Amino acid sequence: METQAPLLEVDNLRVEFNTLEGRIRAVDGISFNVQEGETLGLVGESGCGKSITAMSILRLITPPGRIAAGRILYRGRDLLTVSEPEIRKVRGKEIALIFQEPVAALNPVYTVGNQIAEAIRVHNKVSKKDALIEAVRLLRLVQIPDPERRVRDYPHQMSGGMCQRVMIAMSLSCKPSLLMADEPTTALDVTIQAEILDLLKRLKDEFRLSMLLISHNLGVIAGSADRVAVMYAGRIVEEAPVREIFASPKHPYTIGLLRSVPRLGGRDRGVRRRLPAIPGNVPDPLSREPGCPFAPRCTEVMQVCRREEPQLLPLEGERKVSCFLHHPAVGEGKAVAR
Amino acid sequence: MIGQENGNLLEVRGLKKYFPIRRGVFSRVSGHVRAVDGVDLALRRGETLGLVGESGSGKTTTGRCILRLLEPTEGSVVFDGVNLLGLSPKEMRKMRRELQVIFQDPYSSLNPRMRVGSIVGEPLIIHKIAKGSEREHRVADLLCKVGLDPSAMKRYPHEFSGGQRQRIGIARALALRPKLIICDEPVSALDVSVQAQVVNLLMDLQEEFSLTYLFIAHDLSVVEHISDRVAVMYLGKIVEVAEAEVLYRNPQHPYTKALLSAVPVPDPTAKSERIALKGDLPSPAAPPPGCAFHPRCPVAVEVCSRVVPRLLDSGGGHLASCHLVHPDSSGAPP
Repeated sequence: METQAPLLEVDNLRVEFNTLEGRIRAVDGISFNVQEGETLGLVGESGCGKSITAMSILRLITPPGRIAAGRILYRGRDLLTVSEPEIRKVRGKEIALIFQEPVAALNPVYTVGNQIAEAIRVHNKVSKKDALIEAVRLLRLVQIPDPERRVRDYPHQMSGGMCQRVMIAMSLSCKPSLLMADEPTTALDVTIQAEILDLLKRLKDEFRLSMLLISHNLGVIAGSADRVAVMYAGRIVEEAPVREIFASPKHPYTIGLLRSVPRLGGRDRGVRRRLPAIPGNVPDPLSREPGCPFAPRCTEVMQVCRREEPQLLPLEGERKVSCFLHHPAVGEGKAVAR
Repeated sequence: MIGQENGNLLEVRGLKKYFPIRRGVFSRVSGHVRAVDGVDLALRRGETLGLVGESGSGKTTTGRCILRLLEPTEGSVVFDGVNLLGLSPKEMRKMRRELQVIFQDPYSSLNPRMRVGSIVGEPLIIHKIAKGSEREHRVADLLCKVGLDPSAMKRYPHEFSGGQRQRIGIARALALRPKLIICDEPVSALDVSVQAQVVNLLMDLQEEFSLTYLFIAHDLSVVEHISDRVAVMYLGKIVEVAEAEVLYRNPQHPYTKALLSAVPVPDPTAKSERIALKGDLPSPAAPPPGCAFHPRCPVAVEVCSRVVPRLLDSGGGHLASCHLVHPDSSGAPP
């Protein structure tokens, strides 16, 4: 695994939005990679930049937003420099994206069969009839009962869970190598959520897909990801294999986040305890203080944290963390590994 | 005065809410959506009763019917010994001092054109409790109680984050010193780290003002954390009620079991023992005969498709409506 080049490599990506109030750095210099066949979980709270990251990978950022810096290497090719026709070939064919709101992502005036067939015909030279036959096969693959009939349904005739299955079928129609799922189950009930997550896992193995799974739900990430990157205020603050990050989180934000989630069956004999919450709020992206973005909420904050910005640097094994507790600052704004 | 004898603040009996489905040129009623279909609930003074269920199970409608924000089709709601459904609109308005509500979406439940001071202070004007500087004083006090700076009074809702807005909504609900607060998904729209702050705040305020909560939510872990007892709803009916720990440790109804097994656990080493359910939630316009859960139930037997099970006590106030838990639950309700 180590010697193989990653399927996707994001290098120092920066995305900015020019608003009337000023410039917002939604994504502020993040780097990560997705290996062949692995699921990388991207976790963080709303506004941390996780969805913008996924959109940037497919160059779907529109003004007032713009990708200000960085490289996005897919199979070694920088997607930020390829031509518009080239990137269109990547969208859907190489990298597919599924969204949070399946009902909103589908076109209400076309049948689901038509929409899947259209996706197939954009990238492949097949007749409409053949594309519809393929659509039925895909619907069966995502376990929609009675696919021959359901292919003629409109999105409003289906439940939220069914629509998400249709979205998954559509995203797989051109056999992509990378599937980006942005909060794929957030709008769904728990029992349906569990089914969709199982389906994604099964399909990932069957098609040897790589996956970028974006979620704010730590339970979803724990059950589906191989590796996890934690984002806060446009930056990655910690990255580690899934077992390690849940067993021994290193960054104070990750620690706080894991503690603040109530756990099922976590109650002691009738005692209601207070949840260990993270104090304060996410910083205003318009008035960013210098130093570590988490410093104002951090319980372990030191003087250096308010002055300098920590870098995401390697720790033991495959772990990385961006915190002065683990990488003491040395000299002028430089940080080295301990 | 049924309510006061046994220490129950609120008693809901046989609550039903049917929404008519109208079709055609003459808007003829062609059927009914049975959003709430015979709910019995009791809230003890000072407790938190969690009400969980998936979307469409009727939990929000139940909350709204209790407050008479929706007029129930049938049933009784006895609050502090008074049947709310027998009150005139004027009497009901007075009664609302005692019953308040916190809504899910802190973005749409606060008037964007009103300053926070007016939003929180409005109930005091409506109920003619305080005005002028006295009112301002009270509002400042309320904002402090929910962890906001009194200077927030002069600002507009859009200047606040989701968590702060929810605090404003809580301050408004507290303004009249109610006995009961119906919390309808109060933390669902919030981020995890902020959600914990608001849950803590609700628990602190409950202690300080001896509040009773009906806590409606779909997140089972949050409900377990905050509730003394938990009621599980499915398709307009309560299927199980028990003390929070008992319900989570020893669920009896197959639906509760499936629901609990589906919750993703923030622990990658945890083994998934998920109980799969067949199909989707049936339409409440045409609920299945017998037990509403039987078409999806992994352990359903023949009787389940014929007879509606009753909600019966299996000891210690643990109620479940299932033929397998209570083989004798097929009789007509007393």
